[in-house]
Amino acid sequence: MGDVKEPLLGSRDEQPRRSLTIDGNEQGFATSRVDAMLGWARKYSLFMYPFITACCGMEFMALQSPRFDLARFGAEAPRFSPRQSDLLWVVGTISQRQAPVLHRIFEQMMSPKWVLAFGTCASSGGFYDNYTTLPGVDKIVPVDVYVPGCPPRPEAVLDGLLLLQDKISRGGRDPRVVRPRNDPPSKVAELVSLRRSSGDPRDLLSHLAPGVAGRSQTEKKSGDA
Amino acid sequence: MSQMVLERLRERFGAAILETHSDFGDDTAIVDPSAWREIATYLCNDPALEFNLPVDLCGVDYPDSWNGPSSTARTGRMEVVLHLYSIGKRHRIRMKTRVGGEAMEGAELDSLTDVWPGLNWLEREVFDMSGVTFRGHPDLRRILMYPEFEGHPLQRTYPAGKTQPLVPYRTEASAGMPIDKLEPFGEFEGMPFGRRPDPTAAGVG
Repeated sequence: MGDVKEPLLGSRDEQPRRSLTIDGNEQGFATSRVDAMLGWARKYSLFMYPFITACCGMEFMALQSPRFDLARFGAEAPRFSPRQSDLLWVVGTISQRQAPVLHRIFEQMMSPKWVLAFGTCASSGGFYDNYTTLPGVDKIVPVDVYVPGCPPRPEAVLDGLLLLQDKISRGGRDPRVVRPRNDPPSKVAELVSLRRSSGDPRDLLSHLAPGVAGRSQTEKKSGDA
Repeated sequence: MSQMVLERLRERFGAAILETHSDFGDDTAIVDPSAWREIATYLCNDPALEFNLPVDLCGVDYPDSWNGPSSTARTGRMEVVLHLYSIGKRHRIRMKTRVGGEAMEGAELDSLTDVWPGLNWLEREVFDMSGVTFRGHPDLRRILMYPEFEGHPLQRTYPAGKTQPLVPYRTEASAGMPIDKLEPFGEFEGMPFGRRPDPTAAGVG
């Protein structure tokens, strides 16, 4: 690919369209959403650097095993050099003594790079509220996704990975917290019905999505009228 | 069970054995710190005692009773506890001594690394965590905390919430962006309750 002058990352709202001209081939040109294309490519080829320090590593191994199979999402290839990786998995408790190492590894990674805090200890320090534990890796490196749990189930981690893929395809870089995924309103009732509940799903709707519940009630009223 | 050991210690060392008891079946000798090494050597080398396994060494801080309970002859703030076991004779004993003044001044003890080489790292741990200096230790460095750490965290006077980060924490200025967590995450999401500000205090939302 040719020489691309402009910075490629940006939010969609600011620069809705961008074109790419390939040097040395003036005969033709390609028009595309460059950021969208790059985001699509990046989100399915995350090369990970596993920084595994504690018991969450067992769950990380389960995540890579065929049963949960991280490879389905294109994020399975580990690179044990930070220079070649773009997703830093912080798996486990980070002590104050390890913090400089983690910080240096993050700095050595090539941009664009993302960080996933795996488990409660990496996210907030967990119950290690003491002199020796870093209270969350976001104190020293920017974290894109926090996966809670002690340790988290592999399904939770996969959900976190999908959130990160959403963020990458969006091109979002800050603030360093993924927005909660919004289920389409048509799906909410379906999701609620899957929960263990005896009553009308609309009762739960008011807790989950007040706006949606309000709309459905309005529709119901207008239907009655 | 090993009352015999306590009796032999009392016979041989007399006044250096400040106190003995066998509470809950655990035979304990509280000894004078100046005789610490001499008694340990005897326990290790005597063929009838043959304590060849040092099980544990740790420090226990008594900041409020550093001058000793009035009923005992113990003085010193930091109690060093040594657990010994004899693999051949199948008996065990606990040896305690107290060192250090109110501000841990003069908290020194003879190293036992040449009696039991396995105590090398345990003495480093007691030095690191409790601040007891072992005279004659071949390599008395911190073993758990990093060299830049100041103070000894298992002393009761170490502030409970005090951390000594090696990497400065991120601020909004250094990150160049707001670093507050977004909804549905609160500012103190996932934090232990002990570290959160008191929600009942004024000005905390």
